[in-house]
Amino acid sequence: MAGLDKRVNSYEEALAGLTDGMTVLAGGFGLCGIPENLIGQIRRLGVKGLTVVSNNCGVDGFGLGVLLEDRQIRKMIASYVGENALFEQQLLNGELEVELTPQGTLAEKLRAGGAGIPAFFTATGYGTPVAEGKEVRQYGDRHYILEPSITGDFAIVKGWKADHFGNVIYRHTAQNFNPLAATAGRITVVEVEEIVEPGELDPAQIHTPGIYVDRIIQGHFEKRIEKRTVLA
Amino acid sequence: MALTREQMAQRVARELKDGYYVNLGIGIPTLVANYVPDDIQVMLQSENGLLGMGAFPKDEHVDADMINAGKQTVTAVKGASIFSSAESFAMIRGGHVDLTVLGAFEVDVEGNIASWMIPGKLIKGMGGAMDLVAGADNIIVTMTHASKDGESKLLSRCTLPLTGAGCIKKVLTDLAYLEIENGAFILRERAPGISVEEIAEKTAGRLIIPDHVPEMTF
Repeated sequence: MAGLDKRVNSYEEALAGLTDGMTVLAGGFGLCGIPENLIGQIRRLGVKGLTVVSNNCGVDGFGLGVLLEDRQIRKMIASYVGENALFEQQLLNGELEVELTPQGTLAEKLRAGGAGIPAFFTATGYGTPVAEGKEVRQYGDRHYILEPSITGDFAIVKGWKADHFGNVIYRHTAQNFNPLAATAGRITVVEVEEIVEPGELDPAQIHTPGIYVDRIIQGHFEKRIEKRTVLA
Repeated sequence: MALTREQMAQRVARELKDGYYVNLGIGIPTLVANYVPDDIQVMLQSENGLLGMGAFPKDEHVDADMINAGKQTVTAVKGASIFSSAESFAMIRGGHVDLTVLGAFEVDVEGNIASWMIPGKLIKGMGGAMDLVAGADNIIVTMTHASKDGESKLLSRCTLPLTGAGCIKKVLTDLAYLEIENGAFILRERAPGISVEEIAEKTAGRLIIPDHVPEMTF
C-alpha cells in the first residue's frame, strides 16, 4: 500500500503513462528551476506530437530545447522563445506551432486551470494581436479579454525539497512557474534535490501542498546558468 | 547633445519617490537602478517572482536559482520576498507597482505602445511586457526619438503590432521628455543643447510646445 507516499524509484516510473499527443505543463523560467531530468526522460521515451506549455523553450541543447531535436513538440505555448535557433527554424518551416501568450496571462491560465476556473477576463493584451478572436467585455471604463485557462495531462515540476507526501518547497527564484504547473496537471510529477521525512518541512512554509502532487523523485541537477552576470 | 543611455537612466531616476515599488525593463531601464538617490528607499520588482532585487552577485556568490526577469544572475536585498510568477503578475496586473520603466519601438499620440514584434523578422514573444503596460498606471517609456535612418518613433498611429492600447502617458527619449494627453505629445523638457525645432522635426505625431520648455541639467 503506497497510501499517500508519492515517491517513485525511477524516471521511467515517474513519467509512466505519458504518450503521443499529450499536453505537458513544464515549470521553469529560462533555464532556472527547470525539471531537467524529467525533460531528459521525455526525450528517452521518444513520445511525439506533444503540446508543451512553458514560459520558455530552453536553449539549443538544454532544457526543453532538447525535445525539438527529435521533433517531439508539435505545439508550444510560451511567452518568450527568443533563445533558441532550432525553435525558429522549425517554426518557419511549419513543423512547430506556437501560441505566444503574455507571461502574466500564462501564469494565471495555469493558476486558474489548477483552481477549477475555466477562463478569466484580463486587460492584458486588449487592443493587441493577442486579443484577436477573443471575447471582449467592458467593466467600468476599461476593456478586458476572455482568456481560457490551461490544464494538462502531465505537469513536470522542479522543486528543492519534498517530503514523502509530496509537500514541496522551491529554492529562491527557481519557484517561478513551478507551483502553478503543479496545480494544473492531471498527473503532476515533481523532481527535487532532496526528499525529506514527513515533518521536516515547516507546514506553514510549504509552497505546493501534497494534494496536487502524484509522483516525487529525487534527481541530480546541472542547473545551467543562462546569463552569468557578476559584480566587476 | 542627445542624451547618453546613462543620462536617460539618470533622468528617469528623478521620477522615483521614496517608498516606491518599481519594475525596470531590460536595457536602459535596468540602468536606472544605478541612479537611485541616496536619500530615498525603493524596491525593485522582477517579474519572474522577486521583490527586492539587488546588485549582481560577486563571482563566488553566483547562484543558478537566483535570477532576474532578464535571466541574469542577481542578489536579493535585505527584506526581499520571492514568490510564484502568478503572484508576481497579480502585483503587476493589480496595479500595486508604483512605476514601470520599459523600452519600445514606437509610441503614438493615443498612448499606444509597440515593443515586441516586427513582422517579417523573428518573433521572440512579448514576455511580461503586455501585462506590465496593462497593469501599471505610471509608466515611463525610454527609447531613442528616431530610428537610425531618422524615422520618428513618436507617431500619430503605431505601425507595428501593439503591446498595449492607450496606456502610455510619459516618454523619455534621447532628445526630450514628453507627456501624452488628449491625442498629442506635450514637450515638457529638452535634452541639453537640443532645440525645440529639432524635436518638432523628429516628432511625427501631433506635438504641443508650451511657451517655456526647460533644458534638462545633469
